[in-house]
Amino acid sequence: MGVHATKVVLLAAIAISFIVSLFQSQINPYFLQIIIYIGINIILATSLNLINGYAGQFSLGHAGFMALGGYTGAVVSTTLGATPGGSSAVIILPLALVLGGIVAALAGLLVGIPSLRLRGDYLAITTLGFGEIIRVVIQNLDFLGGARGFTGIPKLTNFFWVFSVVSITVFVISNLVNSSYGKGFLAVRDDEIAAQAMGINTTKYKVVAFVTGAFFAGVAGGLYAHFVSYINPQQFSFIRSIEIVVMVIVGGMGNTPGVIIAAALLTILPEALRPIAEYRMVIYSLSLVIIMITRPQGLFGRELSLRSLLGRLRKQAMPV
Amino acid sequence: MLTVERLEVRYGGIHAIKGVSLSIARGQIATMLGANGAGKTTTLRTISGLVKASRGTIRFEDVELTNRPPHEIVALGVGQAPEGRMIFANLTVKENLEMGAYLRKNRAEIQNDLDFVFSIFPRLRERIKQPGGTLSGGEQQMLAIGRALMTRPRLLLLDEPSLGIAPILVKTIFEKIQEINRELGMTILLVVETGELMIEGKASEIAKNEGVRKAYLGET
Repeated sequence: MGVHATKVVLLAAIAISFIVSLFQSQINPYFLQIIIYIGINIILATSLNLINGYAGQFSLGHAGFMALGGYTGAVVSTTLGATPGGSSAVIILPLALVLGGIVAALAGLLVGIPSLRLRGDYLAITTLGFGEIIRVVIQNLDFLGGARGFTGIPKLTNFFWVFSVVSITVFVISNLVNSSYGKGFLAVRDDEIAAQAMGINTTKYKVVAFVTGAFFAGVAGGLYAHFVSYINPQQFSFIRSIEIVVMVIVGGMGNTPGVIIAAALLTILPEALRPIAEYRMVIYSLSLVIIMITRPQGLFGRELSLRSLLGRLRKQAMPV
Repeated sequence: MLTVERLEVRYGGIHAIKGVSLSIARGQIATMLGANGAGKTTTLRTISGLVKASRGTIRFEDVELTNRPPHEIVALGVGQAPEGRMIFANLTVKENLEMGAYLRKNRAEIQNDLDFVFSIFPRLRERIKQPGGTLSGGEQQMLAIGRALMTRPRLLLLDEPSLGIAPILVKTIFEKIQEINRELGMTILLVVETGELMIEGKASEIAKNEGVRKAYLGET
């Protein structure tokens, strides 16, 4: 698909989000909540996939970026005094989200710098530490509510905002990696020295991946804060980061459609398992183990695209 | 074309290169010989910017290359096939070659060079859709050289192109290198570790040998 065609898809997706949001009040609030979480997790997972999957930089700090976006957004909207349903929300929420994204992106730039010298496990540990530092700093800032959390965030997030941002995230990241510029990400992931020998500025790619990924994580944090209306530092611990990493790995590193599906599945799974109460997380963990044993390349591997999927179905439909 | 003067490289406390000087004329195939650990690969990597020089200068066509980032050096016309081939294992042969043309815009020229690579390494055309990681050692070497050619260098650096490939292919690879030099008039700097034993004897006797004096001491 060319950029033009994907633009049409993007606009269509935003239009559909708008139409669906008109009927939002008729959706069961419990289901609506799960749907919103799916959207937020898709944003988190696809943006982390840019860093981990495409650029091959193992980051465990995504919850930290999300926290920065969430808290920044909360400060912006409470300071400006937005009210749910008020006309000012149409301006204030995007402003809060974008500012949250920018703060997270600046942090991404800061984390991106060690990634120029560190690789693999070392980078993972550094980013993990960075995410935790963000959390602990917030915990000790009194004007953000400290460990008690930040209350009274206007509930501005709805179906439309979440799925518009989902569409924009997927659009930006797909176009970034599918462009001729984006091929550099694959080269950096496969072999950094060879990439340099081809004239690829590997430094720039790694920083672009971190900054873009962190930006969208920050926006997702903002959406989350304005949906639950109360955030506290515990919600952004490294366990959150690991949940997002799991979505990326289960979906297939560097496979955007796969990661989207995995984000949805792994959001639904713990909810669908609620009837079995205390065994829920056991089954959830067990299914992750089984997936990793049987599909180490992720549920969908690296190759899932609509075209290859259709091709496979056609092959199965036609007996040879 | 390329002048290296008193190049020194340190890895931490280790003095890997202590004052290497060399110069290469346009259109030449120059070969750097030496034992394992002598610093040949380090010299090459310093020229291509992958390793930082601690002292000395590298000049290429009147441009100072010393300690520039590697992607700028490629853009200035120095291409390289690094030691150990370093193929993009998950990308196909075609994608690997296209990655070589990463900095180039002119599609017609890129296609031309792609055709040239396939004409000297027909094996690569047969493997065009195969992931680079599934090729044999010799084929990967061809791909590494082809990919370096796709950067359209005026100076091509080849690090141990015969390392770890079937002996039967070694001769072919070196013939191809000569062909590239002849057809494109490309200057090539080659690093080779293993050579054939040509002469044996006491150092003082070897020093008197006419062939050795010609080859290594520049006598005519």
